[in-house]
Amino acid sequence: MKFIKSSLRNIRRSPYQAMAAVLIMMLTFLTISFFTFLLSGSSRVINFFESKPQVTAFFKNEAKQSDINALEKQVKNTGKVASLKFVSKQEALKIYRQQNKDDPLLLDLVTADILPASLEISAYRINDLSGISEMLKESLVVQEVIFQKDIVATLVSWTSAVRKIGIGLIAVLSLVSIFIMVTIIGIKISQRKEDIEIMRLIGASNWYIRWPFLFEGMFYAALGAVIGWMIASFALWYSTPFLSSFLKGIPILPISPVFLLRVLLAELILAIILGFLSSFLAVLRYLR
Amino acid sequence: MIKLDKVSKKFGTGDFGLIDINLSVDKKEFVFLVGPTGSGKTTIFRLLIREILPSEGTVIVNDWDLTRLPKHQVSHLRKKIGVVFQDLKLLFDRTVFENVVMPLEVTGVKMEEARQKVEEVLTQVGIIEHKDKFPIQLSGGELQRTAIARALALSPEILLADEPTGNLDSATSWEIVKLLSDINEEGTTVIMATHNVDIVKNLSKRVIGLEKGKLVRDDKKKDNK
Repeated sequence: MKFIKSSLRNIRRSPYQAMAAVLIMMLTFLTISFFTFLLSGSSRVINFFESKPQVTAFFKNEAKQSDINALEKQVKNTGKVASLKFVSKQEALKIYRQQNKDDPLLLDLVTADILPASLEISAYRINDLSGISEMLKESLVVQEVIFQKDIVATLVSWTSAVRKIGIGLIAVLSLVSIFIMVTIIGIKISQRKEDIEIMRLIGASNWYIRWPFLFEGMFYAALGAVIGWMIASFALWYSTPFLSSFLKGIPILPISPVFLLRVLLAELILAIILGFLSSFLAVLRYLR
Repeated sequence: MIKLDKVSKKFGTGDFGLIDINLSVDKKEFVFLVGPTGSGKTTIFRLLIREILPSEGTVIVNDWDLTRLPKHQVSHLRKKIGVVFQDLKLLFDRTVFENVVMPLEVTGVKMEEARQKVEEVLTQVGIIEHKDKFPIQLSGGELQRTAIARALALSPEILLADEPTGNLDSATSWEIVKLLSDINEEGTTVIMATHNVDIVKNLSKRVIGLEKGKLVRDDKKKDNK
């Protein structure tokens, strides 16, 4: 593996250029890591909301159990429903009492008669909620329908915006890092022009000359990726207690180490591709 | 075997480096290429290692027609031809050993084998004691010997020496010529470009004369190897 030895010598001989290359790659992969964590987190939050009862239909007092059962069956038959739960007046009272156990005044005022029976429905897909809601509203026994469509819809639109911004930022940073790497490898090729000329004259093949530069590019990118990932992972670990209390009740933290290692692996593959591509462009441009 | 058939070389500036050259050099021959500066000696060497292509004519080295040689084969050709460049082309940040081992590294020879070969050629050219020195620590003659050692590292069939005595005193020049002559005795074809008249006169070897890119002399009559 002479080309590795040769690459390491190149790196040692121009440490500032090496640092610039590693830093720009680190910045790119730090951003990639942050956005990966953010998008994975928000998609888990959406999944969490999607798996929760999303539509609640409150029944009129005069609603008969047979009508309620019929409606329940009708909703189930759509095939869009993940789960369905009927809450009777008594159960509703129990929940009410539990929620307000510290306020005896409120407990005294409310009886089972006041509270309506309800049906809590969760859908497989968030987009099916509107249809289910419309169906419930059309029923004569239903007093009111409420569902968390707005929360989830806002979350979906935010996630989509974050994804777009992330992809845009990562694309720009990747391009910038490719250009900087091409320039740095180009400078290194120019610095070693004499060596390269001599090597060619004594019979070195083109690939013998190219490999150390290609390896150097891949090395910078991989090192940048590892450092970027480490910083992002450390930041995530450090902020986990704060995020956990902020996302109370939504069980997405702590992030599993397997997920983090998968992200690292994917980033390393991407880094090697980016590093190879940049060095290859430099080699094509400066080593004809 | 080397053969130049009706070779002309016109440079981008419009000047002719060589005009209608016909010559051939047999295996194991020792040939002096003489002529004033700018007569085309170095251009012939550059054609022989296919650093440049002729504008007209064909250049043949062993069985290779260099005008048709694909680019990826050029490195194979260059491994068969050792060159001592006029400006030596040694790397000053590498030791004598590291300079001489370069052609072997390029060919992928194993380090232990390469080390043996380098020590062998450094002994042959008489600078084994300087193997760990940097070029800046060597005299002109020792630098020349380093360049010759590097050219010999791959045991080439052909050795091209471009003005190897250019900047050397008379005694050192003779040592270098004696060394090249010994290498030729061992079976390597040697072409030495020079304008040192004394050396050419005192050695009974074939002399090819160039002037302004034209062949003006090809003295094959002298006793040749």
